[in-house]
Amino acid sequence: MTLNNTDLLSQAGSAENILKFDDIEPVLESNDLSVAYNGNTAISDVSIQIPKNSVVSLIGPSGCGKSTLLRCFNRMNDLIPSASVEGTVSFAGQNIYAPDVDPTEIRFRIGMVFQRPNPFPKSIYENVAFGPRINGMTDDLDEIVETSLRRAAVWEEVKDRLSDSGLSVSGGQQQRICIARALAVNPEVVLMDEPASALDPISTQAIEQLIQELSNEVTIIIVTHNMQQATRISNYSAVMMAGEERIGRMIEYGTNEQVFGNPKDERTEAYVTGRIG
Amino acid sequence: MNEQSSIIPTGRQEFDRELGRLEAELILMSGLVEKAIFDALNALKNRDIDRSQKVIDEDDHIDKTELEIERYCIELIRRQSPMAGDLRRIVASLQIAGELERIGDYAEGIAKISITMGSQPPLKELIDIPRMGDMAVSMLKRSLEAFISRDADFVRTLGIDLEKDDDDVDDLYVKVKSDLMELVKSNPDNAESATYLMWVAHNVERVADRAMNIVERALYQATGELVSGTTQIESTSE
Repeated sequence: MTLNNTDLLSQAGSAENILKFDDIEPVLESNDLSVAYNGNTAISDVSIQIPKNSVVSLIGPSGCGKSTLLRCFNRMNDLIPSASVEGTVSFAGQNIYAPDVDPTEIRFRIGMVFQRPNPFPKSIYENVAFGPRINGMTDDLDEIVETSLRRAAVWEEVKDRLSDSGLSVSGGQQQRICIARALAVNPEVVLMDEPASALDPISTQAIEQLIQELSNEVTIIIVTHNMQQATRISNYSAVMMAGEERIGRMIEYGTNEQVFGNPKDERTEAYVTGRIG
Repeated sequence: MNEQSSIIPTGRQEFDRELGRLEAELILMSGLVEKAIFDALNALKNRDIDRSQKVIDEDDHIDKTELEIERYCIELIRRQSPMAGDLRRIVASLQIAGELERIGDYAEGIAKISITMGSQPPLKELIDIPRMGDMAVSMLKRSLEAFISRDADFVRTLGIDLEKDDDDVDDLYVKVKSDLMELVKSNPDNAESATYLMWVAHNVERVADRAMNIVERALYQATGELVSGTTQIESTSE
């Protein structure tokens, strides 16, 4: 298969290769979403439906716009002055880019976990309590901290050192504390940008297991470069690709059985079989 | 923000070569199996005990080839983490190697029956069983062609042809059994020889069935569709 044709790489996937859910209301949905930085388009016309309590992987070569797309789902791109967003992102039926929507509230309801663990330079307890405090959820703070750390599968490891710095534990534990921090405000969706790429295999396994357990209660969208990981933890995968003009487009979205077993788009086939990357 | 796009051919030439080698091994194994069936039936027809023994001895080689292919597939899965078409190709190869190994066992079974029959005079001139054998071997060859083609349309078309051939083999099998039963009815002393020949015909009929299994694996490789049973190959072509 030769896919050096940049025209081909630049094309969005045909509609029939993009999964649509007719029978359920997606918890999150983008329509014709485009993002530009300093006027340069980074992703173009991405339309995707995310079903509730599913795990959706965003995959694709470096620079194809996966993280840009992910950041759109909780308005993190607002924090980048040069970024402009067109199109809509509907969350629970409401366009989160509507003028009357408070992005801070959106970020509580749609949490985010980053590639590198980024605990605050505070105690483990305060890291987890941070969001609830801001939200005025101070009545049962101890319980919220414990429950969140338990949900993040790190309670047993840190319960006796809650006053230690969040930076004093291992990288894998730090990442799970960051997940606990995100969970503490009861988000409906958690966005994860390569959450295990900086971790060792054991910590990675712990994060993967955690994602699968959490998916019973929250919806998770995860950017990953690790296709095996995507097949293990997610229900659906969306494939992004960018041609020479570096505009990312979604070329295929479907069940993992489709994307990794029998892709409809030859570019997906070339990517998942490692012919292009 | 927008990091540099790096869509480049990654050059999995080595993996492509390994997949090619896997296919070559399967073709080689298929040749061994075709020859085994051909030799076993000829030895039976010509009452050639030495040749029958050779078929039995050479089955070890077929078994070892299957094991080598199996190990190679496992190694490729472990080392290359194949996805999509590559994964289907390896899985189909693994299954086809198993089908070929079983066909080799049928050839060995025919050779053993041939030796057991020893120098007994044939009940009648063997015509239909060698015909069944020719058809089954032809089906086997074409099923491998379907696999190698990796062309969904070709596999489907060939699959439909092979279904018809499989029906013809089944019809001949019914006829052989019926003829042999008549011989037993006419002279009960024929019972032992007739039973042996029924087993031979049964083994040949199974070769044709295994060829159909190989076509199903070829269809899976080409399309990702998992089917079982002959009519489904046709129905998925719509």
